[in-house]
Amino acid sequence: MDTTTDSGSNAQADRPERLDRRLLIERLSSYWLIGAGLFAVALFALIVLTLVQQSIPIVSEHSLLEMLTSSNWDPASEEFGYLPAIVGTIYVTVLSMAMGTPIAILAAIYIAEYAEGRMKVIVSSFIDVLAAIPSVIFGLVGLIVVVPFVGDYLAPALGTHSIGLGIVTVSLVMAIIVTPFMISLTVESLEALPDELREASLGVGATKWETIRSVLLRAAGPGIFSAILLGFGRVFGATIVPAMLIGGQTAIPESPFDAGETLPSLIVNDFGELMSIPLTQSALIFVGLLLLVIVWLFNFGAMLVRRRLQRRWQY
Amino acid sequence: MDRYAEQRLFGFLARASAALIVAVLLLVVGVTIFRGGRVFLTDPAVAITPPGSRYMLDGGGGFLHAVLGSLFIVVPATVVATTLSLSTAVFLQSDYSSERTSDVINMFLNVLWGTPPIVYGVFVLTVIIAVGAQTSLIFGIVAIAIFQYPIMTRYADEALQSAPDAVKEASYGLGATRFETARVTIRAALPGIIAGVIMGFARGIGDAATVLFTAGRSTQMPGGPFEPATTLPILIFEQAASFNAEVRSHAYAASFVLIVAVLALIIASKLLAGRYARFAPGGRQ
Repeated sequence: MDTTTDSGSNAQADRPERLDRRLLIERLSSYWLIGAGLFAVALFALIVLTLVQQSIPIVSEHSLLEMLTSSNWDPASEEFGYLPAIVGTIYVTVLSMAMGTPIAILAAIYIAEYAEGRMKVIVSSFIDVLAAIPSVIFGLVGLIVVVPFVGDYLAPALGTHSIGLGIVTVSLVMAIIVTPFMISLTVESLEALPDELREASLGVGATKWETIRSVLLRAAGPGIFSAILLGFGRVFGATIVPAMLIGGQTAIPESPFDAGETLPSLIVNDFGELMSIPLTQSALIFVGLLLLVIVWLFNFGAMLVRRRLQRRWQY
Repeated sequence: MDRYAEQRLFGFLARASAALIVAVLLLVVGVTIFRGGRVFLTDPAVAITPPGSRYMLDGGGGFLHAVLGSLFIVVPATVVATTLSLSTAVFLQSDYSSERTSDVINMFLNVLWGTPPIVYGVFVLTVIIAVGAQTSLIFGIVAIAIFQYPIMTRYADEALQSAPDAVKEASYGLGATRFETARVTIRAALPGIIAGVIMGFARGIGDAATVLFTAGRSTQMPGGPFEPATTLPILIFEQAASFNAEVRSHAYAASFVLIVAVLALIIASKLLAGRYARFAPGGRQ
């Protein structure tokens, strides 16, 4: 390449130097990149270790079983019962997944199997937008729209009373937040299926819906299942919406229309004021650890189920 | 019910679900733009006025502190997270790591990806307590960067993997080193990477749970990297249920600013991805 031969010796000396420089860059960059690769693991380990270390005071003070089953949450007198928040979290998670999952799967079927051309582009970009809207905005719209709806219409229509803030309100909003996330994963796994599957099924006389129900949903099953589990993890760890809409009451809710508390909203609502008491701080950090472990189990479960179903439902 | 009736029923339900979701999106965006826009457009200066001294009580002044706080936190965080996540994604390609190694790292990344943002917030807060510092802008940056890192790594990894192998082979064939090849691959994968960076930025600017305890809920202009700051989502969260109508209306206006910013970022990401597609072999010329 270097053909300017004004001095041959100079070019001779240049070339190894340039190679040396390239190799040096290569070596240095590979150290950096290996470091970056290990950063993911290090970050995870650091988070877990820090949370565990900070949770030790509360766990050594109160027994784990007692904290998880006691319904008395009163940090001022050092009573740390997580049961109300756990019940609230389960309520919210189950309700929003029960509302969100069927709609998500049906909408995904529409996008993957029914919609065509421009309609498909429009609907899926709407869903991308919905997925990107910050949850605090959902919280605000929830305050403006869903709270009066639940308080003035839904609760009276079902013969109960509600102040508007409560588990049902949070579940409705969370169902909306988690849907686009599940839709895009489900659409992905439906679209990854080969067209031969559809052709074969339609060819033996199945209707379109029968094809979807008994062939496509089954073949895409592992993907859909892990989408649902990941959706569970999402609702479970949602913080801002519950903190804004659940009403903040640490008693075991009697009906889904009651105000309550979820584990993440417990952190938000109690952290600010109670930072000064070290034991409370530790108790709330323990909630963070609990969240991390449970979400980790969800993810791990999603991976295992996916592998297992892939073997069973292979086509 | 015969099979054709069933087919019609479920076809209808699928369409209805999709329509419901589109309607909900329009409702959410519509309510935000209508309620927030009404406040914001009658007095746009509210976004560039510093807050008054008793801001949380009487809503005097505006919320410039949150707009600036958002920018000062999310822009540096995105720069940090982009550097780290791009490096990690390059490492995950087969040139640097064995399949086994990248599998293990991917597993950890997936766990980080699914971790609730509040956990990052609590983590950074414990670090703050451990080093004896106070909640401040710099820790907000750290928290958001940690939150963005797994999201952006996933986008970058997908983009790099979808870059054609021919690019890599050609580069190695010319005698390039791994690092030089990685630069060529990054260029080929640029549309996906840029889309990922913008999505990471959008997620970062909209997240409240990570910065709630780390940036400090300041109601004054950000003073410096070690002073407390606030962001738009924190402001909305704090003021949405205020008893003072003026304070509440600022939350609406802030949500208008936030949703316009996020929508603009999404559109920008789509446009830029199309524009940079010319670097990708086989992409648009």
